[in-house]
Amino acid sequence: MYLYNLTLQRPTGIICAINGNFSGGKGQEIVVARGKTLDLLRPDDNGRIQTILSVEVFGSIRSLAQFRLTGAQKDFIVVGSDSGRIVILDYNKEKNVFDKIHQETFGKSGCRRIVPGEYIAVDPKGRAVMIGACEKQKLVYVLNRDTAARLTISSPLEAHKSHTLVFSICGVDCGFENPIFAAIELDYSEADNDSSGMAAAEAQKNLTFYELDLGLNHVSRKWSDQVDNGANLLVTVPGGADGPSGVLVCAENFVIYKNQGHPDVRAVIPRRADLPAERGVLIVSAAMHKLKGGFFFLLQTEYGDIFKATLEHEGDRISELKIKYFDTIPVTSSMCVLKSGFLFAASEFGNHGLYQFKGIGDDDDVEASSASLMETEEGFQPVFFQPRKLKNLVRIDQVESLMPITDMKVSNLFEEETPQIFTLCGRGPRSSLRILRTGLAVSEMAVSKLPGVPSAVWTVKKNVIDEFDAYIVVSFTNATLVLSIGETVEEVSDSGFLDTTPSLSVSLIGDDSLMQVHPNGIRHIREDGRINEWRTPGKRTIAKVGSNRLQVVIALNGGELIYFEVDVTGQLMEVEKHEMSGDVACLDIAPVPEGRQRSRFLAVGSYDKTIRILSLDPDDCMQTLGIQSLSSASESLLFLENGVLSRTVVDMVTGLLSDSRSLFLGLRPPKLFPIIVRGKRAMLCLSSRPWLGYIHQGHFLLTPLSYETLEFAASFSSDQCVEGVVAFAGEALRIFTIERLGETFNETVIPLRYTPRKFVLQPKRKLLVVIESDQGAFTAEEREAAKKECFEAAQAGENGTESADQMENGGEDEDKDDPLSDEHYGYPKAESDKWASCIRILDPKTGNTTCLLELQDNEAAFSVCTVNFHDKEYGTLLAVGTAKGLQFTPRRSLTAGFIHIYRFLEDGSSLELLHKTQVEGVPLALSQFQGRLLAGIGPVLRFYDLGKRRLLRKCENKLFPNTIVSIQTYRDRIYVGDIQESFHYCKYRRDENQLYIFADDCVPRWLTASYHIDFDTMAGADKFGNIYFVRLPQDVSDEIEEDPTGGRIKWEQGKLNGAPNKVEEIVQFHVGDVISCLQKASLIPGGGECILYGTVMGSIGALHAFTSRDDVDFFSHLEMHMRQDNPPLCGRDHMAYRSAYFPVKDVIDGDLCEQFPTLPMDLQRKIADELDRTPGEILKKLEEVRNKII
Amino acid sequence: MQASDRFNINSQLEHLQAKYVGTGHADINRFEWAVNIQRDSYASYIGHYPLLSYFSIAQNESIGRQRYTFMQKMLLPCGLPPEREEE
Repeated sequence: MYLYNLTLQRPTGIICAINGNFSGGKGQEIVVARGKTLDLLRPDDNGRIQTILSVEVFGSIRSLAQFRLTGAQKDFIVVGSDSGRIVILDYNKEKNVFDKIHQETFGKSGCRRIVPGEYIAVDPKGRAVMIGACEKQKLVYVLNRDTAARLTISSPLEAHKSHTLVFSICGVDCGFENPIFAAIELDYSEADNDSSGMAAAEAQKNLTFYELDLGLNHVSRKWSDQVDNGANLLVTVPGGADGPSGVLVCAENFVIYKNQGHPDVRAVIPRRADLPAERGVLIVSAAMHKLKGGFFFLLQTEYGDIFKATLEHEGDRISELKIKYFDTIPVTSSMCVLKSGFLFAASEFGNHGLYQFKGIGDDDDVEASSASLMETEEGFQPVFFQPRKLKNLVRIDQVESLMPITDMKVSNLFEEETPQIFTLCGRGPRSSLRILRTGLAVSEMAVSKLPGVPSAVWTVKKNVIDEFDAYIVVSFTNATLVLSIGETVEEVSDSGFLDTTPSLSVSLIGDDSLMQVHPNGIRHIREDGRINEWRTPGKRTIAKVGSNRLQVVIALNGGELIYFEVDVTGQLMEVEKHEMSGDVACLDIAPVPEGRQRSRFLAVGSYDKTIRILSLDPDDCMQTLGIQSLSSASESLLFLENGVLSRTVVDMVTGLLSDSRSLFLGLRPPKLFPIIVRGKRAMLCLSSRPWLGYIHQGHFLLTPLSYETLEFAASFSSDQCVEGVVAFAGEALRIFTIERLGETFNETVIPLRYTPRKFVLQPKRKLLVVIESDQGAFTAEEREAAKKECFEAAQAGENGTESADQMENGGEDEDKDDPLSDEHYGYPKAESDKWASCIRILDPKTGNTTCLLELQDNEAAFSVCTVNFHDKEYGTLLAVGTAKGLQFTPRRSLTAGFIHIYRFLEDGSSLELLHKTQVEGVPLALSQFQGRLLAGIGPVLRFYDLGKRRLLRKCENKLFPNTIVSIQTYRDRIYVGDIQESFHYCKYRRDENQLYIFADDCVPRWLTASYHIDFDTMAGADKFGNIYFVRLPQDVSDEIEEDPTGGRIKWEQGKLNGAPNKVEEIVQFHVGDVISCLQKASLIPGGGECILYGTVMGSIGALHAFTSRDDVDFFSHLEMHMRQDNPPLCGRDHMAYRSAYFPVKDVIDGDLCEQFPTLPMDLQRKIADELDRTPGEILKKLEEVRNKII
Repeated sequence: MQASDRFNINSQLEHLQAKYVGTGHADINRFEWAVNIQRDSYASYIGHYPLLSYFSIAQNESIGRQRYTFMQKMLLPCGLPPEREEE
């Protein structure tokens, strides 16, 4: 079996983000690392984040930094990854690619303890970069310019220190003196040798300054000083002419200013009032912003509160450090303050936000200062604050993030054309159920009802130079309706259009006149209102029309073509007639090329299933240039009656047809319409669902739109809606725009309460049952009570105020009615042994929760399944596995585990507890098997039957190595997944009532997801980002099935401390991301099934099985050439990456193959030659295999 | 060091041990071995962001806090070292 791996949705979470001026223009750009991909984002004029470039790097990016050489206009990107190399990238605006400028190898590949890559710091003047590891190694590279002003990089200078952990590094701004880097270091050598624990208790973190002597080309430890032991993050303080230099050390509960030869200036970080005393406050992300004549820092805590830190200084002496509460936004991994007044917040989990600054925190707010720091016997006096609504920031856009996907199922619950993907995403209060559908999201602007069922719709401008359309013209079977576009859209009668007849085409012709083609003639409306009419000869009527701005071709009934051109005076002149052999099915003229008088190509589709390209040149007018397919300038489109779209490229010079591709679009014959997308011509295909064909980052994409079936469409442009589409379906006229091009999925979001763990689908009732649990959180009731208390306290305060303030109080009351949303501010933190959890029944269609059971007493749900017990008394029941008082540290412990059995009431929309059964561990896996319930409780697999008051044990097997996390069943086999030891194949013998393990895996796999493929095969994914398939060899499988007594299994000797038989690994692939769920599904109607996986970083990928040996050969060769000729951007070897933990086996990386179109043309041709194909054929192959998956 | 010593297996090993933290030796004890494994594991958790996120979801902590916890645990990953037997 050979598989093709294709990422359908690139990772949506963000590891780190930097901002700068990467394209060299005026605008600010953001570069984000999403693990495996590197993206360039830019906020557009409307304040929406647009993805400009997204590159898969086949490595894991760990850190990013930007720097600018002195006097240069643009920033470079330094990437720290797992490649053991430092890579410097430059964004090439013309080609829209990242150019690799330098790549220097310094160590082994992989995320290792002493191989640098984890931290990157740059000198603020762009003269040097330091790259560091978690322990020991730090390397400094000197950056310079050669005579041709190209960036040069030196050989590395070592700043190593053995037995030392590094928490953070940053550059120190010291103007143009020798560059200095600061690091928080912790020496562990003494702690390792001291058994009394004294040394470990006294281990002291130090802040060390490393100076790079540019003259001597040498790095030395310049200064080292003790620093607070909670230190975790360094932030550069501007120096030189801009500020006092030095660093801000963020530590648990404190921010400290430090510099060589300067006393420490310390201030506490204010705490939320409801924070438990055991918890500290840690800064997790920071951003510095320079203003004219000043600077400030934004520091975000692990709870999401942002503080503004400012330094009062005179020269380089700091008199005060102030930390003022700024605002609260969801916790970020990186914040970027853009010069244009935006804050890009890359959230750890859930959607990312783009905020605009309304203020910079100059108003009064809770403030901690170094001047008012109070030291008491218990330490420093804390400062408290209450989070409030956003005051300084306002959110203007958000970027969807699925991170993390915890569970996923694919089902066509809504009975649409393609199945929906149901994913559980997010964490805590920001968690959600997201329903993904393939296709682009559409936002509807207006819907209005028409007096009848229209047959066609067009939009026209009055003049070529107009920016917006002037009229919408709607044709009915016996009339034409003209609507003028202005502030509103209303009917007009003075447009000159004939309204008593249906129309065949309406368009702008010449520079400023309008043309209406109706069955009996052509009406040409000049700009001054003069009307020219051309009538059809005799009783013949016009059947089809094709036109561009200067040329019109009409087809009369019977197959006669008449060709008109617009002459210099703007008159429409008949040029040529041509008799076709039969009726014309469709025709089109290519748009007039820039600077030309006419287009040369006319495409005519006849009912005899041919398509001809005719010439429109005066020399060989109406000569056939090519037969078989229809054309426009560079590419053309043709509809056949069976609903298949084919696309053919027409040679610009000869008119020959080549490279035809076809794709099944839907059940109805498709219709094509040209529209404008991002200023470029694109096509809209309407079949049983609408599709959009457009060019995105060099690829031609044909993507379905998530919208209703449409009959007819036209592009639409007005003040309110620059690039829209007007279309109708039935009697309703709709105007909509297409959002976020380039995305594969669009999503419907239903918010949830706690981190979702698992869910089950109930296909018949169309309901979902979701279990959610959070550690260290208060239950809804406790939160309600706390809120009420807070509210009452506030009320009591208000009662004391004078009546004159009543109005203001009223206003405040309103604010309180709309309390701070948990989604935004997070739940208040509870002690780590507290749990909140709920079981929810959700109707995904409406998004309504029909039943929500909150679990009490620190109980949390971890597994769920539906089960039909064989006595059928209750029908389908719901089993939920829970744990009470679960704690992970110092050791995993719990008060008790339970299995709850619920009965569905009211047609499944509500639950009633039948009983709960106490068990000794956490039931992490539940499954139905032969009319009973199988439960994995720690290392025990147990078989339960339903009793009146509790579950009854039937049999058990205690021989599993660690903890059972998944159970799948098929016929009489049970496939059990262990948390640490991969799969175990078991069998249940009914006559003996015993469970046997007859086969297991010889590789210790830390399972995170599993899926049953067939009788002998399982698919699994491990914690380290590998996906693999194992299969029981056929002969072993047969032997086991043929063993009538089962005696052999029972008495056979185990091998390798496990079962007597071993499964074989048949597929192995490193995805590079923790896979949390696997599913087998077909995403396209009539397509084959593939394995879908969802990951923690919020990406969705597919593994598609090849059906022919030829395809396998082709793609493995293509992959080989791509590996050779297109080494990954961040320096990791592709083969090594895909084999990071185990050698890759029988999987071809589609993500690498799909980079083929991004290669330069000559390289494409070279690879194609070696494969004995043309580049076009390779592109076609790539498109074909993608179309088989999605 | 003499030229002949450079190719001596012991000096090569010493060189490796100095260069690559965690390289074992014949007399390594159980504790030292475990400490190395644990430190390597924590460094790997910190380096692989998806894995770090996975832990932080389970613990319901922010990723930044989780990274800090793991860094701190690298100081004494296996508890106190056993008392040295006097030779």
